[in-house]
Amino acid sequence: MIPYLDEFRDGKLAQVIAARIVDEVLPGRRYRLMEFCGGHTHAIFRYGVQDLLPPAVELIHGPGCPVCVLPVGRIDNAIELARRPGVILASYADMLRVPASGGMSLLKARAQGADVRMVYAASDALKLAQDNPQREVVFFAIGFETTTPPTALVIRQAAGLGLRNFTVFCNHVLTPPAMAAIVDSPDGAGSDLDGFIGPAHVSTVIGTQPYEQFVAQFDKPVVIAGFEPLDVLQAVLMLVRQINAGRALVENEYSRAVTPEGNRKAQAAMADVFELRDAFEWRGLGLLPHSALRIRERYAAIDAEKRFAVPPIAAHDHKACECGAVLRGVIKPQECKVFGTVCTPDNPIGACMVSSEGACAAWYSYGRLGRAQA
Amino acid sequence: MNAKKDYVRPIDFKHGRVDMTHGGGGRAMAQLIEELFLRAFDNEWLRPMNDQARVPVAAGRLAMSTDGHVVSPLFFPGGDIGCLSVHGTINDVAMAGAAPLYLSAAFVLEEGFPLADLKRIVESMAEAARSAGVPIVTGDTKVVERGKADGVFITTTAVGVVPEGVDISGERARPGDRILLSGSIGDHGIAVMSKRENLSFETTIESDTAALHGLVAAMLRAVPDIHCLRDPTRGGLATALNELAHQSGVGMQIEEAHIPVRPEVAAACEFLGLDPLYVANEGKLVAICAAPDADALLAAMRAHPLGAQAAIVGGVYDDPHRFVQMRTAFGGSRIVDWLTGEQLPRIC
Repeated sequence: MIPYLDEFRDGKLAQVIAARIVDEVLPGRRYRLMEFCGGHTHAIFRYGVQDLLPPAVELIHGPGCPVCVLPVGRIDNAIELARRPGVILASYADMLRVPASGGMSLLKARAQGADVRMVYAASDALKLAQDNPQREVVFFAIGFETTTPPTALVIRQAAGLGLRNFTVFCNHVLTPPAMAAIVDSPDGAGSDLDGFIGPAHVSTVIGTQPYEQFVAQFDKPVVIAGFEPLDVLQAVLMLVRQINAGRALVENEYSRAVTPEGNRKAQAAMADVFELRDAFEWRGLGLLPHSALRIRERYAAIDAEKRFAVPPIAAHDHKACECGAVLRGVIKPQECKVFGTVCTPDNPIGACMVSSEGACAAWYSYGRLGRAQA
Repeated sequence: MNAKKDYVRPIDFKHGRVDMTHGGGGRAMAQLIEELFLRAFDNEWLRPMNDQARVPVAAGRLAMSTDGHVVSPLFFPGGDIGCLSVHGTINDVAMAGAAPLYLSAAFVLEEGFPLADLKRIVESMAEAARSAGVPIVTGDTKVVERGKADGVFITTTAVGVVPEGVDISGERARPGDRILLSGSIGDHGIAVMSKRENLSFETTIESDTAALHGLVAAMLRAVPDIHCLRDPTRGGLATALNELAHQSGVGMQIEEAHIPVRPEVAAACEFLGLDPLYVANEGKLVAICAAPDADALLAAMRAHPLGAQAAIVGGVYDDPHRFVQMRTAFGGSRIVDWLTGEQLPRIC
């Protein structure tokens, strides 16, 4: 496994690609490229990819971090669910520390007595329900298209088993509508982006086709790339070439895993279990039409929103927090007033400072060197 | 009339369990101490069974350290809470360059804990103490109700003597110094993780748990003026370096390519989403010394079995921000920050 991975982190090869990028950027031209996905953001900082790029290439960090884009109201909902007597709320680790209304978080709710469990996979949540038949297990499902198929599978399994004590609080969201919303934002902030590095794992599920419409509509190139640092460098080179040639195409750097049509089986499972919501609120991006999934009527018994009559909560981000602008690439993390002062990974004010895939956390943990020296 | 001969039924170490009487101060407790702890740890200072051990004191400076151990699971590849509780505390004393002399051990046992497991743990402690040459000279046992602890918690204290002329301290790193690491990182954390209830995976990785005072003594013979020593336990190498940088008011730069990581550990970190820089070690140390001493120190480390893979991994710089930076193998650089939150709870 590792020798295979090492090939994608090879420093010598990186120098070769970096030199090509330096050769090919046009004098006087700027290249503002957004990596949509937090997995890329993390890789860029962890391996110091930006250090290898010429100043003309600027990487803008996008909203593809599942915990970052979830609005506060949905986390308030999850905390309310976790506090119900008899409920075990299961979720992924990053979610536990995300700030909700009133400085609360799932982790703090747990310290106050709520039964909140950290799981590594949706199937762990299902097993919790099987192991605790007298308890009500709610799986707080979050994430983009990557984590959606496993949620679909456990919903089908739970239905097949006739489990009565398992429900899913579905918060799955979709990548292409969010990309469109960034470029098409009313304040015009996204219009000067020159191209996108498209997500790796999401694209293994949905394929490359869903981006074709985006490219056709907005005339911005998209290169789908793997999560290794060489993948990112190669994607930058491919974007620079497209931009120089005035092209806007969907290209696939991650051909070792992504096909045009994606994973048909996973798509079928998703289509069976989920349907589009009319609209869903995203942190930073607002209410986006057809941008998220809900559980279909035929699986209503497993839908926590229905079982517990989860109410919509219109909660606001902390006043000083600029996660929204960070998520849209309008400002850099360190341009937020509270970045690195009252908002740190140990005491996050906003969600972007929580997850290692969040732009603020990545910048704080790996990147504030440049800021300190500047 | 003949008086009946005294008979005390031996403790059933096969099927028995800890109950409240084992901590109650009565006969059951005395019997447990005698049949288990005293027999396993036996030495001339423990044997009198007083409330305290009276030991000869050497001239000079004493180094003293105490450490609570709550690792979960109690048994993991390459070790258990018993040997860990001996090695961990010996190492804390050894990081002052001290020769550890004596240990104490306090047990908090949970009602219902299998005596067979307790025996295994105590014997592992005894073996670790014996091979380290550091006797356990006094101890304590408490029992708490079921559900109020998790099997067994062990707190050990060690004292040792700091040799004349040795001044090893976290605030002594100076710009220009070199940073040395005694071997591969992350083995202990990954070995423990691999046996976690909700995460078990097959691996050949074993904990590196070991007493480091022999290695430290060898290093001091080669370079008496070692500036800093630290064992990168909880929080891993990243945390140890940040602590030292902070204490000394300096910056550090390490080279990712020079830090040894076993391929199995790297693979496990990859799929668990962990950074080996933050994963715990129990048999490794970081040393900082003046640049002209670095080669001699490295040679001394490599000549010792516990330092065979030692490497110079970086240097100390002037930096008011006290950042630890890393030159990545990929060719970029980044900060190696303090650990946020808790990456791996109850690792030691």
